Amino acid sequence: MIFVKGLTKSYGSTNAVRNLSFSVERGEIVGFLGPNGAGKSTTMRILCGYLPADAGEVRIAGFDVFSQSIKARSRIGYLPENVPLYPEMRVVEYLSYRASLKGVPSRRVPEKVDDALELCGLGHVRRQLIGTLSKGYRQRVGLADALVNEPDILILDEPTIGLDPNQIREVRSLIKGLAARHTILLSSHILSEVEMTCSRLMILNKGRIVATGTPAELRERSGISLAGSIRLEISTQHGSGHQKMLAQFPGIASVTPLGTTGEWASFELLPEVGDPRAALFEEIVRRGWKLRELSARESTLEEVFTAIVGSSSPISRKENAS
Amino acid sequence: MRVFWALWKREVASAFQTPMAWIVLFFLLLVTGFIFYGGVSVLNHGPTEVTVVESFFNTIFFWFAFLLLFPLLTMRLFAEEYRSGTVEPLMTAPVRDSQVVLAKFFGVLFLYAVLWLPTGLYFLIFWWQTRLHAAGAVGAYLGAYFLLLLMGSFYLALGCLCSSLTRHQITAAMMTFCMVTLFFFTGLISYLTGQIGGLMRGVAITFSPIDQMTEFSRGLYDTRPIVWYLVMTGLCLFLTLQSFQSRRWRR
Repeated sequence: MIFVKGLTKSYGSTNAVRNLSFSVERGEIVGFLGPNGAGKSTTMRILCGYLPADAGEVRIAGFDVFSQSIKARSRIGYLPENVPLYPEMRVVEYLSYRASLKGVPSRRVPEKVDDALELCGLGHVRRQLIGTLSKGYRQRVGLADALVNEPDILILDEPTIGLDPNQIREVRSLIKGLAARHTILLSSHILSEVEMTCSRLMILNKGRIVATGTPAELRERSGISLAGSIRLEISTQHGSGHQKMLAQFPGIASVTPLGTTGEWASFELLPEVGDPRAALFEEIVRRGWKLRELSARESTLEEVFTAIVGSSSPISRKENAS
Repeated sequence: MRVFWALWKREVASAFQTPMAWIVLFFLLLVTGFIFYGGVSVLNHGPTEVTVVESFFNTIFFWFAFLLLFPLLTMRLFAEEYRSGTVEPLMTAPVRDSQVVLAKFFGVLFLYAVLWLPTGLYFLIFWWQTRLHAAGAVGAYLGAYFLLLLMGSFYLALGCLCSSLTRHQITAAMMTFCMVTLFFFTGLISYLTGQIGGLMRGVAITFSPIDQMTEFSRGLYDTRPIVWYLVMTGLCLFLTLQSFQSRRWRR
């Protein structure tokens, strides 16, 4: 549905997007992930035909966004960052206006507007002036606008930014619900969010895609062990020597003591391969040590992100060296 | 065409949903009301050479109010869309730049025409009270309003152009005011060239709105100003389109 090849865009001497290529298939929810200024918004604006690219090819549902702009744009529902709206219009007026702009036939406008209002939970504010709405509701109006003509593709720029946790959960479930009928490309710099909604992620940094894949694939590729780390708390009543034993235990790559509270000493272990927890438990029992915690923690996307973006960014490399 | 009407409707509606249209209408009627009163009270002092319509459209107060209209009506058109960012959802909808420019222009032209509509009441009241015509003939009313519409379309197009150049409404308003007054006072060249006379003077008089109004409000139609205003409106709208499209290459 979305096909991008060799996309390049610079503002003056700043390269916002450099030689970007990717494609999104029908029915996918793809997340654009990256720190601020990574080129997420610029890319989305180019996809929507708002900005011209310096070089490269962008096709939306088979239409070129430069030469067949109107056709391409009519296939897209776009939610811009910060959701600019006309404050003097009422919610229902605005959505009807947007529906007619997007070519919804006149007699079908009220029906489509009602559908969008209901889907986004805007029914009770339909007669309210947009200027009096809270940030969360404005966001929903933006989303309703993107949906109103039932486009094939939804491009959502930071759909949950500025919302409170409850609203974030609502918007997230709304987006998941839309996946059945739309192809979705959304951007975010909050990892847990894209991890929960997206079937595929693209990590952008300094205008380049530095990694792409499912959340699980990204974890694997980042070099961080898939099993994550193991947390262990052992009683110190039976003397020391725990750390030495753990370090020598087969399958453990490293042991980090996390300190002691009372008689309990805690450690973080990084396994080399597989899951050594069962063997570890047996060994501890054999030695007659007291055990309070033995748990595995999956590495978060946060760590994956830091590992991937961090290694490609010269700033953090400098920090590591110093 | 549906897209154009949707855009046009929003332009007109938003003018009346914000206080701007009402404020402009209020002050325009206040000023023109006084002018009309002045024009009629002249008649109390005996016969005059000019009709009420001629004097109504030719006082200094009238022109002053007239010139102030354009920056007020046009300043927000594009500048506000740039500043609030609403140009982004607007131009990512399947809408052509030319449709937006034309819808904004015809929207504000409609608003401008509506502003003048109530002034027609003055002449109706005059006829109702005195059973006399305020002008020599029907053509004089039509001429005056027709010229107002023509001048208006040029100056509004000029205002569109200025508004499309900046994201600040105040800058747009100042540019519009300067440009409109510049064109308006071209007629003053005729005083400079008074001694020289000849072609320059003729040209200056032809393009002087004050002289044009003197003729049109008598019911004398000159085709040269008509062509001039139509061509200039088209030119300004063309430039507005270019300026609006250039937003893509600006940052």
